[in-house]
Amino acid sequence: MTPRDGVLVALAGQQNAGKSTLFNLLTGARQHVANYPGVTVDKKHGQYGDNVGTVYTVDLPGTYSLTAFSLEERVAREFLLGDRPDVTVNVIDASNLRRSLHLTLQILELELPSVLALNMMDVAEGRGIQIDQARLAARLQMPVVPTVGRKGQGREALRQSIRAESARQAVRRAPPAPPVDYGALEPMIEQVRQRLADFDSLADLPRRWLALKLLEGDTQAVTLLVERVGEESARPLREEIDALIAEFEQGQGIDVGDHVVGCRDRAVERLLDGVITGAAGNRTTLTERIDRILLDRWLAPGFLLLSVFAIYQVSIVWGYELTNYTWPFLAKGRELIAGALPGAHFLVDPYVRSLGLWLVDSANTLLNYVPIFIILFACIAIVEDSGYMARIAFILDKILHRFGLHGQSTLPLILGGVFAGGCAVPGVMATKGIPDNRARMATIFTVPFMNCLAKVPLYTLLLGIFFVEHKSLMMFYISTMTIIFALLVAKLLTKTVLSGHETSPFVMELPHYHLPTFNGVARRSLERTWQYIKKVGTVVLAVAVVVFVLLHLPGLPAERKAYFAQEAEAAIERFEQAMAGNPYREIATGANLVPLINYYSDYKRAKLNATGAAASQRVTERFQARNADFYPLVTRGGDRDARQANRALRNLARDRQGLRQQMREERIAYSILGAIGRGLEPITQFAGFDWKINVALLASFAARESSVATLGVLFQQGDDENQTLEERMGQATRAGGATALLAVSVILFFALYPPCLATTMMVKVQTGSYKWMVFSIIFPTILGLAVASAVYSIGAAVGASGIEAMSAVYWSAFALLLIVGLLSDRKASRQLRQRFAAASLPT
Amino acid sequence: MPKMPLCGDVRTLNDIGTGAQVRIRRHHSNGAVRQRLLDLGLMPNVLVTLVRSAPLNDPIQLRLDGSSITLRRREAVTIEVSGEDMPR
Repeated sequence: MTPRDGVLVALAGQQNAGKSTLFNLLTGARQHVANYPGVTVDKKHGQYGDNVGTVYTVDLPGTYSLTAFSLEERVAREFLLGDRPDVTVNVIDASNLRRSLHLTLQILELELPSVLALNMMDVAEGRGIQIDQARLAARLQMPVVPTVGRKGQGREALRQSIRAESARQAVRRAPPAPPVDYGALEPMIEQVRQRLADFDSLADLPRRWLALKLLEGDTQAVTLLVERVGEESARPLREEIDALIAEFEQGQGIDVGDHVVGCRDRAVERLLDGVITGAAGNRTTLTERIDRILLDRWLAPGFLLLSVFAIYQVSIVWGYELTNYTWPFLAKGRELIAGALPGAHFLVDPYVRSLGLWLVDSANTLLNYVPIFIILFACIAIVEDSGYMARIAFILDKILHRFGLHGQSTLPLILGGVFAGGCAVPGVMATKGIPDNRARMATIFTVPFMNCLAKVPLYTLLLGIFFVEHKSLMMFYISTMTIIFALLVAKLLTKTVLSGHETSPFVMELPHYHLPTFNGVARRSLERTWQYIKKVGTVVLAVAVVVFVLLHLPGLPAERKAYFAQEAEAAIERFEQAMAGNPYREIATGANLVPLINYYSDYKRAKLNATGAAASQRVTERFQARNADFYPLVTRGGDRDARQANRALRNLARDRQGLRQQMREERIAYSILGAIGRGLEPITQFAGFDWKINVALLASFAARESSVATLGVLFQQGDDENQTLEERMGQATRAGGATALLAVSVILFFALYPPCLATTMMVKVQTGSYKWMVFSIIFPTILGLAVASAVYSIGAAVGASGIEAMSAVYWSAFALLLIVGLLSDRKASRQLRQRFAAASLPT
Repeated sequence: MPKMPLCGDVRTLNDIGTGAQVRIRRHHSNGAVRQRLLDLGLMPNVLVTLVRSAPLNDPIQLRLDGSSITLRRREAVTIEVSGEDMPR
């Protein structure tokens, strides 16, 4: 009999057993990540070829056992039961055999053909643990393969073993002997098993396993039974099982579940007897020596701050510098596309051109962050792989837990940008790892309050206009209030909308420290960056189109169009008059006019972007080559006639730019988004926002970074090209009576503002419901508007300055944080005493 | 944190000092919590050592059989322990 092609292999194992590393080793680069249907658990699958055929490999979520208590366990179990993989590779930590074998026995009970991969053999050997592999394999009746995933050892042996096992299973039909003897429970398991044998609809399930699970009261198993045999037939069986459970617990004085775990533990003990030697438990390991320093009561917070600061410095600060080198490539790409699109007209560009450039600009702002994210994700991967991330959770859990979060909320919050710089999309994505459902939800809704990279430009802009003398204090407020707001909001949500969500305890393993491998870190970093580009990219581009439409439609009314056309005519008229009698007249007018003026603005932009004499020279050469006739007109160094023409051209270009900007502003004012912005003024007036700010904030919902761009369009002035946006906005808003107080109001609203659309999409993915996605938009909007309105209205009433208002907000939020924190601490100790009293009661 | 009053002779993982080694007697939790504790190796009759508590005293870190487990004091209080309390 030949084994069929296309073997299906599942990798199962406990967390920290090195399962993913082994998966990477087996499949190489050919792998994909998807979600299991209906849940937010990652399903990683890949494939490789051996000398017989293709092997499809699935990396199951890491689980400690196969009960139905956690989502990961349910997913892993359903896959093993439903897809019946040809071979299951059970990856276990060789240095922690005793605990690992509990899962192995449960896999064997599912009657699945399996191979045991004894991973981390180097760690075990380093600790002086010797394992008699042949004896272990004989006792378990399954092949045992030693591997060191991190060093790439054992791949061929494992692949061969997988192939051999699948071939062996193709001929063997009889189920293996049960691996665990359940003693007093055995007769009952047998009784239920025989009853289950009556149902043909259960034929594909391991009946002994199902009988055991039903006796354990496993809810998923009961559901499975009811689904398969129907409510009617299940009822008498369930009653019979309930009676058996009661009988057992009365007779033995022990819970079935405890009995099962106990029997399994004894089975593991028997398995290991004579198999394992040298496991001296009390030797001080390297990990413990490191922990003595890193987890020292007094030093731990310092090391934690140091590592977060290092991540910030390396990825955000240095990464930002790196973008100086990558940006020119993006700018060049934009130039190329701009050249390929239909050329600009004198006054109104074709839609293809303006939409095309709009999309390129949106994509570029996004791609500009890529270097930062590659470094940031690499840093995070190092912290995760080394084992320090679990320690961070250990150090911070008390504070975070007090506000409804979880020790493991740290990673999402760091990714979201605790101080300044991060992105909520990977932040929300990373909440997947939090085992406590309520804390996970609370984390999802607080990550967007962090300072993502795209919020920073608006802060910088406003600080530059209104807080020149208090810049550093304001920066301190802005970068630390994120965590204050996040903790307060998490507490609020936990006490209200999330109070019904199930919570689970903080019980986790602190893995041994490992030196991260270059491949592992690089792979993880590129994987996450790619996910970011894919997820954010598609959403941002789609939304950019919508915003473009909302900003352009319905367009200017006919009489305004006529007005602008007339003005343009007049400007051209003036130009032609100035050129009268000039020998360059022929080159500069008529059909040449628009190409010339585009040439002129391209040249000016290229000169502005060129840094250094050499680059400037290259620009000169390029434009001379592009059009030698136009060139004398765009420089100031030509002959007398050329200089006169240049002056005329400069005036024309300025007029044109002024008209275009005025048109753009009016178009926005007339646009749908402008109408919405004005329509919102009655509500937003309390926060001091006029329609222009409303439009900018609405546009920023599409993508944060566009807020500054939109403000740029709205606050531009025609004639003064040299004024920065800060100056222009400063003048315009001050003329309109705006103050630093308004800036504070905008900053606060922006800090609490709903996540951008890409993030809300991620919220949908992670919470699995549109309801929560809508909530993630509405709640922060109301909160932000309420805070901004209160600060602006009260501040205006008492005549507070911007910095006074900001200080007041910051310190009252801080005081509130302390009060809430202390109150919940007292409550926690009271509960602890009550629990203690309950635990102490004789049972 | 105030010292918990001792009720009778029952001691829990929450009462022992750093460096103490004790034997787990039984769990007073149920469902998922209990299962999780068992899965991580905190089974009756297993010897555990309290390695340290976090900088803010909670959670605590335990060592058992070559692995390190951390859990909050509110879970520790549900685990009854007994026996050799020998500071190392």
